[in-house]
Amino acid sequence: MEFLAPTTLADALAAKAEHPDAMPILGGTDVMVELNFDRHRPPVLLDLTRVPELAEWSRDDRRVRLGAGVSYTRVIDELGHVLPGLAMASRTVGSPQIRNRGTVGGNLGAASPAGDSHPPLLAGGAEVELASLAGTRTVPIDEFYAGVKKHVGRPDELITAVYVDVPTGPQQFSKIGTRNAMVISVSAFSLALHPDRRRVGTGIGSAAPTPRRAADAETFIAGALDDDGLWESKGALPDALAREFGERVQTAASPIDDVRGTAAYRLHSLAVMARRTLAWAWSDYQGGTNA
Amino acid sequence: MTIPTEAPTEAPPESPAETPDSPPDNARGGVGESPQRPDATLKVTGEFAYGSDLWMDDMLWGVTLRSPHPYARIRNIDIGEALATAGVFAVLTHEDVPGNKTFGLEIADQPVLAIDTVRYQGEPVALVAADHPEIARQAAKKIKVDYDVLEPVTDARTALGHSTPDLHGELAEEVTELSREAAHLHPQGNLVRHLKVRVGDPTPSADVVVVGEYHVGMQDQAFLGPEAGLAVPDDVGGVDLYIATQWLHVDQRQICAALNLRPDQVRLSLAGVGGAFGGREDLSMHVHGCLLALHTRKPIKMVYNREESFFGHVHRHPATMRYEHGADRDGTLVYVKAEIYLDGGAYASSTPAVVGNAGTMGLGPYVVPHIHVDCYGVYTNNPPCGAMRGFGSVQAAFAYEAQMDKLAASLGMDPVELRIVNAMAEGSLAPTGQIIDSAAPVVELLERLRAMPLPPALDSSDLRHLPGGVSNTTHGEGVRRGVGYAVAYKNVAFSEGYDDYSTARVRLEVVGGAPQATVHTAAAEVGQGLVTVEQQICRTELGVDTVVVQPKDTQVGSGGSTSASRQTYVTGGAVQAACHKVRERLLALTQDYLHETLHDLRLEGGMVVSDTRGAVASIADVLGAKALEETLEWRHRKTEPIDPEKGQGFAHVQYAFAAHRAVVDVDVELGLVKVVELACTQDVGKAINPDAVVGQIQGGSTQGMGLALMEEIQISEGKIRNPSFTDYLIPTILDTPPMPIEVLEYADPHAPYGLRGVGEAPTISSGPAVMAAIRDACGLELTRVPVRPEHIIDSGDGRGSRGEPKRRQP
Ligand SMILES: Cc1cc2nc3c(=O)[nH]c(=O)nc-3n(C[C@H](O)[C@H](O)[C@H](O)COP(=O)(O)OP(=O)(O)OC[C@H]3O[C@@H](n4cnc5c(N)ncnc54)[C@H](O)[C@@H]3O)c2cc1C
Repeated sequence: MEFLAPTTLADALAAKAEHPDAMPILGGTDVMVELNFDRHRPPVLLDLTRVPELAEWSRDDRRVRLGAGVSYTRVIDELGHVLPGLAMASRTVGSPQIRNRGTVGGNLGAASPAGDSHPPLLAGGAEVELASLAGTRTVPIDEFYAGVKKHVGRPDELITAVYVDVPTGPQQFSKIGTRNAMVISVSAFSLALHPDRRRVGTGIGSAAPTPRRAADAETFIAGALDDDGLWESKGALPDALAREFGERVQTAASPIDDVRGTAAYRLHSLAVMARRTLAWAWSDYQGGTNA
Repeated sequence: MTIPTEAPTEAPPESPAETPDSPPDNARGGVGESPQRPDATLKVTGEFAYGSDLWMDDMLWGVTLRSPHPYARIRNIDIGEALATAGVFAVLTHEDVPGNKTFGLEIADQPVLAIDTVRYQGEPVALVAADHPEIARQAAKKIKVDYDVLEPVTDARTALGHSTPDLHGELAEEVTELSREAAHLHPQGNLVRHLKVRVGDPTPSADVVVVGEYHVGMQDQAFLGPEAGLAVPDDVGGVDLYIATQWLHVDQRQICAALNLRPDQVRLSLAGVGGAFGGREDLSMHVHGCLLALHTRKPIKMVYNREESFFGHVHRHPATMRYEHGADRDGTLVYVKAEIYLDGGAYASSTPAVVGNAGTMGLGPYVVPHIHVDCYGVYTNNPPCGAMRGFGSVQAAFAYEAQMDKLAASLGMDPVELRIVNAMAEGSLAPTGQIIDSAAPVVELLERLRAMPLPPALDSSDLRHLPGGVSNTTHGEGVRRGVGYAVAYKNVAFSEGYDDYSTARVRLEVVGGAPQATVHTAAAEVGQGLVTVEQQICRTELGVDTVVVQPKDTQVGSGGSTSASRQTYVTGGAVQAACHKVRERLLALTQDYLHETLHDLRLEGGMVVSDTRGAVASIADVLGAKALEETLEWRHRKTEPIDPEKGQGFAHVQYAFAAHRAVVDVDVELGLVKVVELACTQDVGKAINPDAVVGQIQGGSTQGMGLALMEEIQISEGKIRNPSFTDYLIPTILDTPPMPIEVLEYADPHAPYGLRGVGEAPTISSGPAVMAAIRDACGLELTRVPVRPEHIIDSGDGRGSRGEPKRRQP
């Protein structure tokens, strides 16, 4: 196995162009597990940890550009207040060691339906930046996932960054695991209120072949909030609305039974998480925090 | 530690605490104190060498090819391509096993390498040695095994041809005709052992009857140090094996039989053990490593990775248990009928003994006048099961304690009160007909637990206190608190007539001017702290500060198994007895040295001390250049087999009792659980090392809680679905609650220092207490462990989470 360790983005892209079958490695918290289990034998490992362009984040008024190689620990410490949904999800990832090594870029690269960064990116609005020698493009997050553990990046492309919208309203993330830490999600849900656009964003994890939005639930709840003038009045959220929202989130999912849980439980838990997170976010909105 | 008769001279305040004249505080460290472990610093700093760290420069790596099928005939094995791989030194199959081709702890039914049949997924089929582990692994894949795949037998009742009774139906009939069984997995049939206990009226009746069927999933020991060893051939056909194990001599016996070698040709030394919990009582790579070493004439290292480890050792027996309890209106138990099926998987391992425990301990620490127990150990094509901490008692406790709560609910009684009414005490009759002949403070354990203050009410301001933790699933919604109690009852040491002994060699001599004891046993240190206990006993008995613990190996006689909570008792007893012999000789030497006869001598602080005259000589002066060495075997009192028809007999040496109170917060809408507190009371007879006792209680309680909440090897059609720590979950520190612990010390007059085995009892009652607390919170029966979120939210009436869960029927 060849090991390449470029120190500039240009070199990294050149290497990827030359070796399209090279496996990129950032934190290695997925890659090394796969190698260990003998699931993959990539001819080339492309270490990206020395590429400075991937290790940084920056922001403007509208969005944060999060370099693919920024660790969860840094997301929590440095962006906890800027990107609350992603930070909440990051806090639930693995253990301190995994959060120190693991990156959002790696989570996107793995594109696992159970990856915890996906639901908040879907709910909050994000674009993935893909680069190759041929140029750089961005893909809206809900067009990025292409099947179980697949994404739309080409073999000659690298994920260089993800642009995450700076929130205009409260965000929430909720994840079910059968222990209280260090657990791969059985199901997960993220929610973001976008009062500026009078929209509600959602993201579902571990309950479909890919992470996905609950589009129908989003439309339903945004419409209902509009109809009742609640965006302006910040009035109480009717319980029946929250429940129906939960049920519609549930119908957006298509989970399976596996060792971590049953499909039925996944559906049930999504409805509960959706209802609860909406209530928490709404109460934040009413209180004016994050609004 | 005996108290010095003379007050130690006080050091002036300005002098440093440690001067050459005043030994460091922990240099005493006798019985009843908590001195530091001899390997503590190495372990904390990461320098301790575990089995997987073993290394020799010219060694080869051994790898095992395992069956992918739970049940198949082997038509042919073609090793040609694997053997031709560059870097490969040997490929071996059963044909290369020179001696007995099968081994086993109690029944030699397990092939060293599969012969013509594989009976479980992961069964070793062939071995490869190569100069690099990766080459060995890739070569193993080139071995072509032609399998004729068979339908596996995966249910214990089906294996015996027993029908599954409906919950209120009659107990299954006893096995009489083998013709009703599923296809035989072994020539003698699918029954490993059937234990019967029959006491009193065979058709009793009672005012109140409760029935329940319970299931316990397959728990894994989940030790962190995987199976590992290094086999080094000598030049004359023998082998030295460095191995992480629980019992060197039982390994040696089995290896010798398989290799057709004498014990002096197969020498074992204990490698650093990273946890055991029963999973290292059976052989893993022992014979394999030795075979490859003898074949290649090179040292062979074998280390399982995490995934292979799940296939490389036995697990805790899954159990299906049907219980019927009958009681008077006042709560006094009249009878218990129990039917327990323990799925032993493909090979017997220690199933017969596990059946012995589950069958005879299976009613819990309660007095029952009329008893009808059938306990079956069964062969299936599931992974083999054997020893694990709590050994049969763990499974039964989930059932008998759930039954006690159910009975209390039926009677409208407080569950603790019901237990107190029926509690065993010293003098009670056990189901085997034995009189409990030392302290059995069940009532006190419960009363002390009940008296402990309850933890404060839920503080929902900090996510870490809530079910789900930082996963942020609730801010208090749906959370209900529950409290539950359970009591453990476990035999200590080997039972049913087993000749259970340990050997100790103790030497006393002067080294560098000071007396030093050396203790040598073959009793495995697996992390529990036996090495510290051996030092403590020598210090107390011989009055010396410095005690060297010799590496554990087969150069001394058997120390017996590090299991059954027995080592402090049995090896501790052997060390104490050897010390006494050495002391006798030293005191005789003292008489010679002093030229007078004194009868009131003892050893203390490096001195020979007379009760009446104080220090009369230093041990160093008395010894001079002499070394005193004694080796002896020590046995606990004899037990006897139980009779096969009624289960009666003096089967058990000693009992351990512990009780837990669990307080949980349950999110009843999502089925997530946070254990808020797990309080424990336990009688340990005498705490030889109080810190180690508390450590055992904390660890055991956590392991039992893990089984209740998450630890399960999930099996489907005989195949393991989750052989990794990604999906075999064990509690993290964030799942582990505060544990108020009260340790009682009621001496057992039959045991050294009055001690009781400590390690297993807390593993038995913690899980049932957690389950009782969850039931209390959510009102459901919850008859299966580990409990899963979907069980907790299921109200059983299709209303899902939105309906109020139904309360337990009064
Ligand atoms: C003990 C443990 C616990 C874990 N717990 C969680 C958890 O709770 N939640 C969770 O979501 N995940 C968890 N994971 C999985 C893993 O930590 C995350 O997916 C993490 O985000 C991966 O990031 P990484 O930087 O380590 O990626 P790597 O392992 O380096 O890479 C992951 C994948 O992305 C590809 N890749 C990396 N960089 C690029 C790039 N620039 N362009 C294109 N492809 C790229 C790699 O080739 C690989 O396929 C856990 C893993 C472990 C070992």
